Amino acid sequence: MSTPSHVAAHVHAPPQGFLRKYIFSTDHKVIGIQYYLLALVAVFVGLVLSLLMRWKLAWPNDPVPWFGDGPMLPEQYLALVTMHGTIMVFFVLTTAPQSGFGNYFLPIQIGAADMAFPVINMLSFWTTFVSFLVMVAAFFVAGGAPISGWTGYAPLSAVGEIAGPGQGLGQTLWIVSIAIFCAASLMGALNFIATTIDLRARGLSLMRMPLTVWAWFITAILALLAFGVLLAAGLLLLLDRIAGTSFFVPGGLVFTDKPVPHQGGSPLLWQHLFWFFGHPEVYIAILPSMGMASHLLSTFSRKPIFGYRAMVYAMGAIGFLGFCVWGHHMFASGMSPYSAMAFSVLTMSIGVPSAIKTFNWIGTLWGGQIRFTTAMLFAIGFVSLFVTGGLSGLFLAQPPVDQPLHDTYFVVAHFHLIMGVAAIFGIFGATYYWFPKMFGRFLNEGLGKLHFWITFAGVYLIFVPMHLMGFFGQPRRYAEGTAVQFLSAMEGPQQFVTIAALVTGLAQLIFLFNFLWSLKWGRKAEAINPWRSTSLEWTIPSPPPHDNFGGRQPVVHHGPYEYSVPGEPEDFIPQDAPPRPAPATGD
Amino acid sequence: MQTKNRCAGSTTTAFILAFFLVVFTLVTVYLFVSKTWWFPETITPIGHEIDVQTQRTLWLTGIVFVLSQLGLAWVVWRYRNRGERARYSHGNNTLEVLWTLATALAFIGLGVLAQFTWAKIHLAEPEPDAVVIEVLGEQFAWNFRYPGPDGKFGRTRTELINSGAGNPFGIDRSDPAAADDIVVPILNVPVNRPIELRLRAKDVIHSFFVRELRLKQDAVPGLEIPLRFVAERTGDFELVCTELCGMGHQRMRAPFSVKTAAEYEQWLRDELALLQSNP
Repeated sequence: MSTPSHVAAHVHAPPQGFLRKYIFSTDHKVIGIQYYLLALVAVFVGLVLSLLMRWKLAWPNDPVPWFGDGPMLPEQYLALVTMHGTIMVFFVLTTAPQSGFGNYFLPIQIGAADMAFPVINMLSFWTTFVSFLVMVAAFFVAGGAPISGWTGYAPLSAVGEIAGPGQGLGQTLWIVSIAIFCAASLMGALNFIATTIDLRARGLSLMRMPLTVWAWFITAILALLAFGVLLAAGLLLLLDRIAGTSFFVPGGLVFTDKPVPHQGGSPLLWQHLFWFFGHPEVYIAILPSMGMASHLLSTFSRKPIFGYRAMVYAMGAIGFLGFCVWGHHMFASGMSPYSAMAFSVLTMSIGVPSAIKTFNWIGTLWGGQIRFTTAMLFAIGFVSLFVTGGLSGLFLAQPPVDQPLHDTYFVVAHFHLIMGVAAIFGIFGATYYWFPKMFGRFLNEGLGKLHFWITFAGVYLIFVPMHLMGFFGQPRRYAEGTAVQFLSAMEGPQQFVTIAALVTGLAQLIFLFNFLWSLKWGRKAEAINPWRSTSLEWTIPSPPPHDNFGGRQPVVHHGPYEYSVPGEPEDFIPQDAPPRPAPATGD
Repeated sequence: MQTKNRCAGSTTTAFILAFFLVVFTLVTVYLFVSKTWWFPETITPIGHEIDVQTQRTLWLTGIVFVLSQLGLAWVVWRYRNRGERARYSHGNNTLEVLWTLATALAFIGLGVLAQFTWAKIHLAEPEPDAVVIEVLGEQFAWNFRYPGPDGKFGRTRTELINSGAGNPFGIDRSDPAAADDIVVPILNVPVNRPIELRLRAKDVIHSFFVRELRLKQDAVPGLEIPLRFVAERTGDFELVCTELCGMGHQRMRAPFSVKTAAEYEQWLRDELALLQSNP
């Protein structure tokens, strides 16, 4: 049903010319793809950095590809650590699931023609792009990339090159890049929030929104509250470095017998500000994948989401509690032991909404008719990884148990599984699911399944041993274990993990090939709705026209996951299908 | 219809996926039960308590892990596409309430339990007769200062700090209390006596970690952080740095020994003699 007289003010004529259409486009779909491609470039850069690190850890005295004839230097290793973490967290995990897929599908799933502020949207992408260039530039300046890790703890990050190679211009560029990224994320967050609140189609009440939309919406709120703090912290750190202020540097510091002219700052202040952003950031990375995995699990088991409301409330609770637990990163920092107690109990309680989500995912599959598409395999893999990666958090949330495990490989294994790999599985699943809508062609399912199996087995082979290496006491961010006697026992496990990582890393080329090949030669997505899904993007052509609904304003009559409704001829009811005479509900 | 085509493939895939999840779960449980790689035995009472709480956590997370992964394997296998219509259900509020309460009780209960151990580590009253040792982290070494026979640490001044000349603390030897302060690059403590380390850092953040103590504490520039323990067993161990402190982070280690009272006193006397013969 179309109402041409009420065409929204946002519908604008499609732009002409290559530059306005593909480069400086204000179309949320083009911007979504731009974000996705940026993340795709970034993820392979980050992946290569991690494989180089793994190589060094397994064979510390051998030459590493591209690092000359001798062994990799510790400072080169630490530069890889820093850049791998930063690129993955900011330019992949924040960029692909939220800015990429969110930009493309949030407006369509709520029946809008575009984002609320298309120009700001364009600006936000290009600002992110500049931020990426500045970050990568840090590799090429004198001294190289910074070595203070993605957490950039002061004073190491605050006093300049006296603290070590990479701590000069490289560290400054790192901070500038992060600050630019924050500005971009704030613009994006505002846009997502305004769009969700204002531009929903008629009939699309909040409780009819797909869980993907809920996830993007809540993530945007988190981003709005978190990135502002990181921006401020980053600017203060920059001032400490270039303007001689002392926000994070106390007095009396001496580096190789040279005193530094600072006084009155607090290294713990940086940690508080950083983790006030950094912990919600974990949820910024994982919430969109929770939404996308939920969406896929429902679609491909042909069942409504089990406990839709509970899922929404759980995401809200995770978002809220996510702001109350940053101190659990600081149990060993010298923070008051009393604060640690509060942060600890609050952190343990965040396990509750996480468990609710897990049970509801399994409940969704229960009684379903599961279609094992590649997208679905990744969604199921996501659930498994979320459980494995989440449970190790219960160790780290208890200060006494955390004490021996803090800053060991146990932590590395924990956060890689939960915020790295699980989130990436959500992204992969969403990619296989939405690729036909975005590009009009399918990704190859055979290659997709091969990619899934190697990756799923591979990530467990990499990260399960790492938990145990953490229990052995292997500290993280060590370029080699040669100086510490007890670490000689870790040589075998290090090599095992490296081989698993190399195989898993190589398998990602299958995905890259599949992606590029399918763009041109993939099977055509003839049908508008090949997966027989309910959400609004599957009611419009693939790829969708410039204004999404062709001037039509969709009206929503159904909840987002009406699958296998008894008495219906089809096993799904699109959200905008005409209303049914009081269907039997099974709540 | 396409449903029929997919039925055939779904049995194989469902089987492989369920099988994978079962094998993965069993192997993981085996690795954690057999403690393939694990901390060495602890040498402190508090270390034993930490191990007990860790074991409790292993039990709880182990049960949830096994039930969730096997539950996932089960639904993947049982509810593969058989060409039928899925069950239409929006959920079950009783179940939601039940599992919310159960996990809340289990997780938060475990978390509250942990606080008692934490309080013993960090909130206990200092022992008046503790052996007090200053620990100073610098890029990339650990330094230790013992107060000497007078039991007092002498004055230090930032401008006197000179690691190259063997004075990383910046001890002012003109202060009488400083004359007998012993500075060494190894940490020796006596067995069965309360020890109080006072952690400081000269340049960036470092972190004190000894596996056998189960203790990890950052040494933060500008702060002096106490760390207390009693070692019950003699032996030679390793202290490592666990906070990224720069390019030499991975080689920032020091020997850590727990000695009998006699050995410890003798060692202190030897160090003092060395200091006085070579002021």
